[in-house]
Amino acid sequence: MATDQGLTKRGAAVPIASVSPGSRIRLAFLLVPPMAWLVVAYLGSLAVLLVSAFWTTNSFTGAVVHSFTTDNVVRVATEEVFRTATVRTVLIALTVTVICAVLAVPLALYMAKVASPRVRLVLVVAVTTPLWASYLVKAYAWRMLFSPEGPMAWATGYSTGYGVAATVVTLTYLWLPYMVIPVFAAFERVPDALIDVSSDLGASDSATMRLVVAPLVFPGIAAGSIFTFSLSMGDYIAVTIVGGKTQMLGNIIYGQLVTANNQPLAAALSIIPLVAIVGYLLAMRRTGALENV
Amino acid sequence: MTSTPVRIGLALAACVALALPFATACSKSEQSSGNGQSPPKLEPMSSVGNGEGQLNLIAWAGYAENGSNDKSVDWVTPFEQQSGCKVNVKIGNTSDEMVQLMRSGQYDGVSASGDATLRLIYAGDVAPVNTDLVPNYATISSFLKDKSWNSVNGQMYGIPHGWGANLLMYNIDVVRDAPNSWGAVFEDAGKYKGKVTAYDSPIYIADAALYLSKTKPDLGIKDPYSLTSEQLDAAVDLLKKQRENVSEYWADYTKEVQAFESGTSVIGTTWQVIANTIGTDNKVQVNTVLPKEGATGWSDTWMLSSKAAHPNCMYKWMNWISSPEVNAQVAEYFGEAPAQTKACEHTSQKDFCDIYHATDEKFAAEIHYWTTPQTQCVDGSGDNCTAYNEWVDKWQQIKG
Repeated sequence: MATDQGLTKRGAAVPIASVSPGSRIRLAFLLVPPMAWLVVAYLGSLAVLLVSAFWTTNSFTGAVVHSFTTDNVVRVATEEVFRTATVRTVLIALTVTVICAVLAVPLALYMAKVASPRVRLVLVVAVTTPLWASYLVKAYAWRMLFSPEGPMAWATGYSTGYGVAATVVTLTYLWLPYMVIPVFAAFERVPDALIDVSSDLGASDSATMRLVVAPLVFPGIAAGSIFTFSLSMGDYIAVTIVGGKTQMLGNIIYGQLVTANNQPLAAALSIIPLVAIVGYLLAMRRTGALENV
Repeated sequence: MTSTPVRIGLALAACVALALPFATACSKSEQSSGNGQSPPKLEPMSSVGNGEGQLNLIAWAGYAENGSNDKSVDWVTPFEQQSGCKVNVKIGNTSDEMVQLMRSGQYDGVSASGDATLRLIYAGDVAPVNTDLVPNYATISSFLKDKSWNSVNGQMYGIPHGWGANLLMYNIDVVRDAPNSWGAVFEDAGKYKGKVTAYDSPIYIADAALYLSKTKPDLGIKDPYSLTSEQLDAAVDLLKKQRENVSEYWADYTKEVQAFESGTSVIGTTWQVIANTIGTDNKVQVNTVLPKEGATGWSDTWMLSSKAAHPNCMYKWMNWISSPEVNAQVAEYFGEAPAQTKACEHTSQKDFCDIYHATDEKFAAEIHYWTTPQTQCVDGSGDNCTAYNEWVDKWQQIKG
């Protein structure tokens, strides 16, 4: 641990030591506001959250009582309702991520390598335009589509109705741009010459894809998947609109915070998505996908 | 590679260290407020001065209409003109949400139901109200004054607004047998599998308990808010069975309107105002009924925040909303009994007060008003009852 810290410090100190004092002040001037924001507003609030997981509440008024207890964390770890909701939420987030990747890869490949510049521009605009519309409008549009007498039922004679499937579809729609854009950028960075060389040397198209392009594009998919996974993990609004009676982890946290007024338990519960996302990041890091993003 | 977890650990430790001073700073200010034994001592105002120009309210949908939902339904604009207080309304969907919003300290007043009032009083979120400063209080129904949900030791904490029952609503094109029992959404819910709706709040457990008190007398449920562990479990089992037939739960009243209009739901618990909205839109035909088992209901009180930035405007509002003409308007629009006895002379429908039994003390006593379940049974039957936080946990288990 000690050597490790030493290395980090030395590594960081080298570039700063080599610049003049004037520019060092300028650098500090530039870096202090964003760093302060990150530490105080972001990590600070996260820490308050984690600390409050160990408090308790007055069972009648719901006011927070500041006496230390591990009950909340124990409950989160042991109660079945939290476990099923966690499993359901993680599965939904993974499904959404996989579907987004499956849809985004061919689309991004076409945009980056096949389409003419004009078509590419049209596609980039088409992919990003939905980001301009409000989240709620988009979710309610899907609510209309899935309604038992809505357009989907009218056109196909069948609608999945509100539930897990509708939630997955809606979330996939909502987060798809966050997958397409990084994958598109990754494909664009693959030099055409590499593909030519590979086929000149006798590799089949699929071998080129598998052995040359895929390793270069994978970090883009990983970056996109971090967005789709973490956004789906934390979502609780789309599921109330199209999820029928399904509840995700976010709904339970919201329920404990707003309905039960039990801030400590809500804080303890929010450790679950935090752990899931950190775990996902570490898994992605293990694959080496985060090295070149 | 191994350094990553270490670095994350260090970062977290650093944040915790940073955050602790904030955290303890908060704790001191919070401890001064109520401990749940007796409400904090707060003095009611002694006179009402000029309005402060603004008023921020938390209200049930339909309680503070400014004409934006229906042009002919507007009692906020005349108030603004008369008092000079610009009204900003935040709709609260559940009592819990209202309590949470009031704790933010950004609102001057709230139309609180009985399952929120005591929590607000004992936590010091609302201030006692000097009823002498609200002239219209004199003619409020006597059976709504100095009640356990709106006063402590004879000190009123607000001005009664109105009361009513949660009703059973159904789509008359689908539900053709004119149900008059809550059994239609419990034991017989299978008839409308996947089309039943229910109110998305732990307090809805009381609806199941009320039904069981009539259909399973051997459980011994007397008051739906005073449940022992076994009684609570029985109600929870009933609701878990109901869930199999539920399309979706509603907390947001617009969601229920939309669910009925789209055919997602055809039967379930409702408020009269929701049925009225569906009636105005005229897409589907619905009917409401007060089932034979009786009903849970609400008795609402306008309360003044202890941190109100515009208390004078709030006093003016409390007098305005309880005035005969306005109280009649809001009662007719929401579909509830007005608290103001003189309101009955101003309703556009002449027999409105008779239909809602507005001045009928006996009828009012038969509705099981929302109240916060406590360990100390709210009906005074003992101290082995289940508290609201248990209801919340059970509700989450019901939803799965």
